[in-house]
Amino acid sequence: MKSLYRIMAIVRKEVRQLRRDRLSFGMVVGLPVIQMLLFGYAINTDVRDLRTAVSDQAGTHLSMQFVAELRQTQVVDIVDFVETANDLETLLRAGKISIGVVIPHDFDRRVSDHSRAAVQLLVDGTDPTMLGVANQLRTMPIGFDSARSTSDLPQLIEVRPFYNPERRSPVNIIPGLMGVILTMTMILFTAVAIVRERERGNLELLINTPLSSTELMVGKVIPYIIIGMLQLALILAVGRLLFDVPVRGSIVDLYLAASAFVAANLALGLLISTAATTQFQAMQMMVFVLLPSILLSGFMFPFDGMPTVAQYIGEILPNTHFIRLTRGIMLRDAALVELLPDLFYLIGFTLVAMFIAAMRFSKRLD
Amino acid sequence: MHSEFAIEARGLSKQFGELRAVSSLDLKVPRGEIYGFLGPNGSGKSTTIRMLCGLLTPTTGAATVLDTDIPGDSKDLKPKIGYMTQKFSLFGDLTVLENLQFIAEIYSYPFADRSTRIDALLDRYDLAAMRKQLAGTMSGGERQRLALACAVLHHPELLLLDEPTSAVDPQSRRDFWENLFRLAGGGTTILVSTHYMDEAERCHRLAILDHGVKVADGTPQELQDRTGMNIVEVIADDPYAAQAAIHDLEAVASVTQLGIRLRVLIPQSHSSPRELVEHALAARKLQATTSLSAATLEDVFVAVTMKPRRSG
Repeated sequence: MKSLYRIMAIVRKEVRQLRRDRLSFGMVVGLPVIQMLLFGYAINTDVRDLRTAVSDQAGTHLSMQFVAELRQTQVVDIVDFVETANDLETLLRAGKISIGVVIPHDFDRRVSDHSRAAVQLLVDGTDPTMLGVANQLRTMPIGFDSARSTSDLPQLIEVRPFYNPERRSPVNIIPGLMGVILTMTMILFTAVAIVRERERGNLELLINTPLSSTELMVGKVIPYIIIGMLQLALILAVGRLLFDVPVRGSIVDLYLAASAFVAANLALGLLISTAATTQFQAMQMMVFVLLPSILLSGFMFPFDGMPTVAQYIGEILPNTHFIRLTRGIMLRDAALVELLPDLFYLIGFTLVAMFIAAMRFSKRLD
Repeated sequence: MHSEFAIEARGLSKQFGELRAVSSLDLKVPRGEIYGFLGPNGSGKSTTIRMLCGLLTPTTGAATVLDTDIPGDSKDLKPKIGYMTQKFSLFGDLTVLENLQFIAEIYSYPFADRSTRIDALLDRYDLAAMRKQLAGTMSGGERQRLALACAVLHHPELLLLDEPTSAVDPQSRRDFWENLFRLAGGGTTILVSTHYMDEAERCHRLAILDHGVKVADGTPQELQDRTGMNIVEVIADDPYAAQAAIHDLEAVASVTQLGIRLRVLIPQSHSSPRELVEHALAARKLQATTSLSAATLEDVFVAVTMKPRRSG
């Protein structure tokens, strides 16, 4: 009973301090909203309006018709017409365009002679998505060349995307972004909350009171669990209002999964706090966890496409499992029971990290 | 078993890697007294205090603090001790009142008496007017009064104070010591570390630490009587030249300049200290008057922490 009162004393103190720390308090609300807006609007994998230049060396009626059709796809935005293929290369190198279209002088003959390609696309290969777009253009239906467009070329293959038929990026991104935002704030808050007390000397005072290290840790974590849940609600609301992101599965399942994930991150934050001696170090370590959580969790790149080693690293990160859970629950209407391995991993991760943190913490002043 | 000593340490040592911070320390602190630790920075004062309250585990040796064995489970000890850290360790972003309330909650102070106790402390330590002020915005002296109020809130039997007055002005130091005497009068045992001589002189009993070793202990009077040094005070027209003349003498242990005065420490084994000094000054034709003086605590401190200058 006394233990419960002591934990509540820590919780009350923590909330009071958080309320006076404008910056941290602003982060609770500001960080998710800003990240959502940035990621939701900026990250857009359905590429449109790529800056393109055309070198039309044929100058025939047919070639002009081809350029007009190219323009109609809206994938390219034709910003310039140049004389030679070399001019295109110069523009590419300078980063002024992403795609160069070369229409050779014998374009009309090549179109009728089906053995050779009629048009060459010069693509800025530094961005892998550009290559994907170029390949997409290759299959574009060409009205005047009915033979190519109907019989022997691959546009017969119908692409039918599941779960996101409109191919809107925010729908894919927001469930993952939820994981990234929670990783960032939860780890940072807990790690800093304890390291700050060590830096300011508060910890030496606390250790000398009847307060046990478990009570201290539990008291520190409770306010942030609540904050994590509030952030989740905020992300879901913004996702719904601005990007029309659905929650197809059960909201209860989603909150259960999020609780496990928040707990895993808080445990990780506590673990970091036992290793860092200054707030700056804690932040450095947080970035060390955050970057793989963005890059290797399946948030940025498809998980299955990553090299095996990267996949192993990804499997360790809580965010990888949380993204699987949220995409399943929010987009595919999966029930939590169908996704148990990922949930169990998060719970296991929490327990192990908590255990190590408590072990290390009690030995701290020696 | 109730010991007459609040603290009894036997061969207490602490090793940090290569550094021996505290070396075989024996200590007996009687209940109800103010016991001082006097020593320069890095002499092991803080390390010893941290070992005595269970914050650090001794490398070797043991202690009994308020009948609790150290090393051991210090859980029962914590409610009985109050600890004031060297650095201000309360919460700067909580108000005076909130800090006191937090400490009361952590120590499970009986709920019914809590606000009476806090009001009494605010009154006693002259904090009532600033109860709503954030602790981080207070002056050094005010913070120190708050820290003391928090350390004694739960009526500890033993108070451990680690250089409590290092960041406060002389007036606040005087007031602080008044408070300590009041607490000691009420039966609280107080262990206080300091590097101020005037504070050491106020203690009932003190130990002088140097490089982790206890080099002397006893009441201030005992220490002054036992220096083993004669003190010759020299008033010279040119104290700097006089110091140079005396400093190189074989028998002189130490020379300290205080304004135009020099205090010369000469071991009592030397039969005529005053003549020795006068001779040396006359040889260099320096104008000076000499007199024998009683040892102060500062002289004691210099004598016992002095590195051996030369053999013999």
